[in-house]
Amino acid sequence: MKEKLIDLVGITKSYGDNIVLDDLNLYIRENEFLTLLGPSGCGKTTTLRIIGGFETPDKGQVLSGGKDITKLPPNKRQLNTVFQKYALFPHMNIAENIAFGLKIKNKSKAYIDDKIKYALKLVNLDGYEKRMPDSLSGGQQQRIAIARAIVNEPKVLLLDEPLGALDLKLRQDMQYELIRLKNELGITFIYVTHDQEEALTMSDTIVVMNQGYIQQIGTPESIYNEPENAFVADFIGDSNIIPSIMVHDELVNILGARFACVDKGFGDNQPVDVVIRPEDVELTAPSAGTIEGTVSHLIFKGVHYEMEVMANGFEWLVHSTVMHPVGEKVGIRVDPFNIQIMNKPASEDEEAIGIDEQ
Amino acid sequence: MNSKSKYLSTPYIFWAVSFILIPLCMIFYYGLTDKTGAFTLENISAMLTAEHSKALLLSLGLSLLSTMICLLLAYPLAMILNGMQVSQHSFIVFIFILPMWMNFLLRTLAWQTLLEKTGVINSVLSFLHLPALNIINTPSAIVLGMVYNFLPFMVLPIYNVLGKIDTNVVNAARDLGANGVQTFWKVILPLSLPGVISGITMVFVPALTTFVISNLLGGSKILLIGNVIEQEFTQASNWHLGSGLSIVLMLFIIVNMALSAIFDKDGEGSML
Repeated sequence: MKEKLIDLVGITKSYGDNIVLDDLNLYIRENEFLTLLGPSGCGKTTTLRIIGGFETPDKGQVLSGGKDITKLPPNKRQLNTVFQKYALFPHMNIAENIAFGLKIKNKSKAYIDDKIKYALKLVNLDGYEKRMPDSLSGGQQQRIAIARAIVNEPKVLLLDEPLGALDLKLRQDMQYELIRLKNELGITFIYVTHDQEEALTMSDTIVVMNQGYIQQIGTPESIYNEPENAFVADFIGDSNIIPSIMVHDELVNILGARFACVDKGFGDNQPVDVVIRPEDVELTAPSAGTIEGTVSHLIFKGVHYEMEVMANGFEWLVHSTVMHPVGEKVGIRVDPFNIQIMNKPASEDEEAIGIDEQ
Repeated sequence: MNSKSKYLSTPYIFWAVSFILIPLCMIFYYGLTDKTGAFTLENISAMLTAEHSKALLLSLGLSLLSTMICLLLAYPLAMILNGMQVSQHSFIVFIFILPMWMNFLLRTLAWQTLLEKTGVINSVLSFLHLPALNIINTPSAIVLGMVYNFLPFMVLPIYNVLGKIDTNVVNAARDLGANGVQTFWKVILPLSLPGVISGITMVFVPALTTFVISNLLGGSKILLIGNVIEQEFTQASNWHLGSGLSIVLMLFIIVNMALSAIFDKDGEGSML
């Protein structure tokens, strides 16, 4: 196992009465791409600012390589930040921007010039040395911000929604660019975003946050396929979240019909939440399904059709490449493997509230 | 601009022509002619006489000194204000510009009363058996009056421009390893220069041309160039010489304005 590079222990932070982070524990391993994902106000940016040294937690410790750096100012930390709105120095040209950190460290001119060349090549902006920041597009400014950070050879690069201000196409290109950079440089990335697609595309590890609590930590696959609660299920992708009863191991009662599943250990006759991804709902002939319903909505989405099926009092969201017209009677079948059982939320903090605000 | 909205500027154009352009032309006419109406440069070159150049140098010296003092007082204050929360700083800005609601003459007269040999300050000092403060009718009193009256004009543009600096740009400097002092010299100060230049102009220009402050706090002994010009108009009734000297003074102001325009291209430091 690689060593823990950054370790957050029992971090609590509040602004006035507003508790932003409550007893947060999290560690980041070397050369990991870790994403803090959650809706606005979930505490992800505050977590990043605490790691960067721009905020001090009320309680708890930030450890780096076993040393307590909680009170260390940003300039003494071996990490660099890429800010949301780039934050380039507007009075300096691109070369001066990139050289800023190196000049502070009194590096030789030859070393600095080499680094500028290398960094600009890395972000595909060779020859931009003499340009001023305001003559660059948003995407180019963001690349310079990344170049300015990585020439300092930080152990960890913190990125605060760095692609938030870019348009969709550029954002997708930059996502691949960031993955490439991370692999080439071997730097640990801590990435903050509210965009679940971005998180799924780039991360090794995703930390889903809501209301100051960590909801789930896992790989993109496990977060998507095995969400631990309704919040995570709803925040990551589309899903059908249905209150159900666990009859016994490997059998669940969904809306009055019995579905086979693969989960165990929830107890007998326990109320649970069931998550079924819309692409995992199979539409069959009415008699062939576990339950029967009527198609109530139909939208063509390009890759697939999005349908809503009214069955046993629940509107099922279905993605399928086969079209079923509105009004058609269909059967619903779900592979046992695709039924994800979750405990009912223990506290209201875990409830899937605040998602609609996004 | 469409043809109709063009007419909206008519009242101002009328105003500008009658009260700015025509007087300016008259100053140039008087400044470049003698009493017979013949063209001459004598009124201009009169600035080189010992008496006038001494007054001009004193004016330049005192107004530069006042500007420097204002800058040293205003910059830290603007930084403190900028670091405060909105509810607090708007109150302090209010307190700060409160004196400006009072008449400029009254405020300066008040200083005269305070500083007089038997004035309020000296009464208190002698009551406490402390040595008296004798700065009335000295250049020090004039500098004090200038700083007191013009300080808000330095604070506001600097405060204004500091507020516009993106905090993330400052954070970025810290993030890249700069300590507080380095961040100030390399990022905050350069980015606030438009405000500083604007503040310098707004203090230096009125300080250079003032005659009221020197009249009230400098007695009749200290003549600034403003006093000399005023006397040519009011006492000597030599409009030609007064205008000529004004034109020379204008040159200094134009140079200052030009400098400020070069540094403040985007008008960021403009005050209100």
